[in-house]
Amino acid sequence: MRGKILGLVGESGSGKTVTGFSILGLVEKPGRIEQGRILFNGSDLRRASPEELRDIRGNRISMIFQDPMMTLNPVLRIDTQMIETIRAHKKISYDDARVLARDALGKVGIPSPDERLAAYPHQFSGGMRQRVAIAIALLHKPELIIADEPTTALDVTIQAQILSEVQKLCREVGTALIWVTHDLSVVAAIADQICVMYAGRIVERGSTESVLDGPSHPYTNGLIHSVPGNNRPGTPLQQIPGVMPSLLSLPVGCSFRQRCRYADSMCMAEPEFNAVETNRDHIARCWHPLAEGRPA
Amino acid sequence: MKANLATTTDNRVRGDALIELVRVSRSFEKKRDVAVKIANTMGLGAKEEIVQAVDRVDLVVRKGEVVGLVGESGCGKSTLGRMVAGILPPSSGSIYYGGKSVSALNRAERRAAALAVQMIFQDPFASLNPRMRVKEIIAGAPLYHGLVRRSEVDQHVDLMMERVGLDKTYKRRYPHQFSGGQRQRIGIARALAVNPKLIVCDESVAALDVSIQAQVLNLFMKLRQDLDLTYLFISHDLGVVEHLADRVAIMYLGRIVEEATTAELFSKPNHPYTTALLKEVPRLDSRHREFQTIKGEIPSPINPPSGCHFHPRCPHAMSRCRLEQPKLMEVAPGRLSACHLNDGK
Repeated sequence: MRGKILGLVGESGSGKTVTGFSILGLVEKPGRIEQGRILFNGSDLRRASPEELRDIRGNRISMIFQDPMMTLNPVLRIDTQMIETIRAHKKISYDDARVLARDALGKVGIPSPDERLAAYPHQFSGGMRQRVAIAIALLHKPELIIADEPTTALDVTIQAQILSEVQKLCREVGTALIWVTHDLSVVAAIADQICVMYAGRIVERGSTESVLDGPSHPYTNGLIHSVPGNNRPGTPLQQIPGVMPSLLSLPVGCSFRQRCRYADSMCMAEPEFNAVETNRDHIARCWHPLAEGRPA
Repeated sequence: MKANLATTTDNRVRGDALIELVRVSRSFEKKRDVAVKIANTMGLGAKEEIVQAVDRVDLVVRKGEVVGLVGESGCGKSTLGRMVAGILPPSSGSIYYGGKSVSALNRAERRAAALAVQMIFQDPFASLNPRMRVKEIIAGAPLYHGLVRRSEVDQHVDLMMERVGLDKTYKRRYPHQFSGGQRQRIGIARALAVNPKLIVCDESVAALDVSIQAQVLNLFMKLRQDLDLTYLFISHDLGVVEHLADRVAIMYLGRIVEEATTAELFSKPNHPYTTALLKEVPRLDSRHREFQTIKGEIPSPINPPSGCHFHPRCPHAMSRCRLEQPKLMEVAPGRLSACHLNDGK
């Protein structure tokens, strides 16, 4: 949704990054998108020709990676890289493009953007590099940004700076954002909607409030209660036993079954999405959804 | 200034201190290359680059407590942890183990002290030798130091694996056959194998997923109860530290800026850096919040700001902060903070 922030949450190996990549058609071989449609403004991105896709990527949808050096070329100056990006999608002069690039750097809070344009990526700190990557993602005022764990490698104070910039930009420009992360508390702070992924599937989706306050899927509930800040200090954390199954050998039926305390014979069949009773926008893939207020 | 520090040291009860650092510093020097050396002989004195990673730190870890050491990357918390674990010698200052200075110990005592402090590292993939079987990894140190007889090794390894919740039938496997959380358990078993008293955990759960992190944190708490362990828990994650630690020390650019019991520090932080840090931690219960950011980044430790290291980012900075380094002083019983603002109160 335009101007909204969606948090895509999951642990490593849950498929959240691949979901982000698929949208842009960046899945590397031998991986491929087997089925389904990717609808962007109503049209299917999977049917788009390579030219159309190239026009969309970086222009209408852009991506921020966990490691900013995936975006930046270490041997090119920042201005070269930014101007190249601008001129790839817009017919404007070099000088005009440079002005745009400078403004973009200023907008993400890089001091003295004029001088910094002539710098190489290694001359920036990690937090600054991530800002440059964000500035590049924002150049064309995309309708959608996919951010894949962009603050995971950063310190708390720097993370807070980036989160505040991103929030501001979404509000001002009206960009929609998919924020992929394993950190529930980051999502709690910025997202409007949350999708929780487990073993390659979305297991729960709903507004931030309804998912975090009344999780319906036992996995989401376990995840929330594993966060140390959410438990009384010193008490044992509620833990989810076991580990996520390998995607190569998923169990039959519900993939969370083996770690779930509510699992029974019903869970041998794959559950479908069901709306939570009280809220039709909040759905979970579970045979035994937790009712609100039911003890974990 | 010297007199002041001496009294704070004397005030501490030496008796129950397991390990005590007194004015411990560690600096790293950038090796001068040939060109600079030649330039120096010709009288073009190029300045040496010295990184003061840890700057005159006093810290006590008492028997049975969990001390959390918090700071952002580059603040020197890992260097401090390594000095406590005896992996890295301090450049100056002294470390007391059980009331005795480590540098004054004889060989046997020094070995005992080194074994009593063990370390668990951040990266469970880099800290285990990929060519060694789990059994060899765990049994190596106790065998070398003669803590167990060769005939009893199997039993010892079984016990350690059981303690950390690993299936003992896995002991002939290699590290790559385990998941991240299991590997971290192997690292813990290796540390426990020499019966340590103090364990230095350097970001030991930072690389793990939330659900696995919870399992390992629970293991830490259980081991503490079962084996009467003491921890120095180094982390950048305030949530984890709040959960586990009894006392917390906050580091900024090589210095401890605040020290207090966990409950006090989290409910009413004294130092502006701690306040800012606590405010910026995303929490589950704060939704759609606006971030009030501290401006700027951690300055380079090669060329730290004068006076109080935090002054360029501090909202309360006054002219005095630029000139004079604030001392770490007791602002309430058991509570230390290094900020000039406390003088006015």
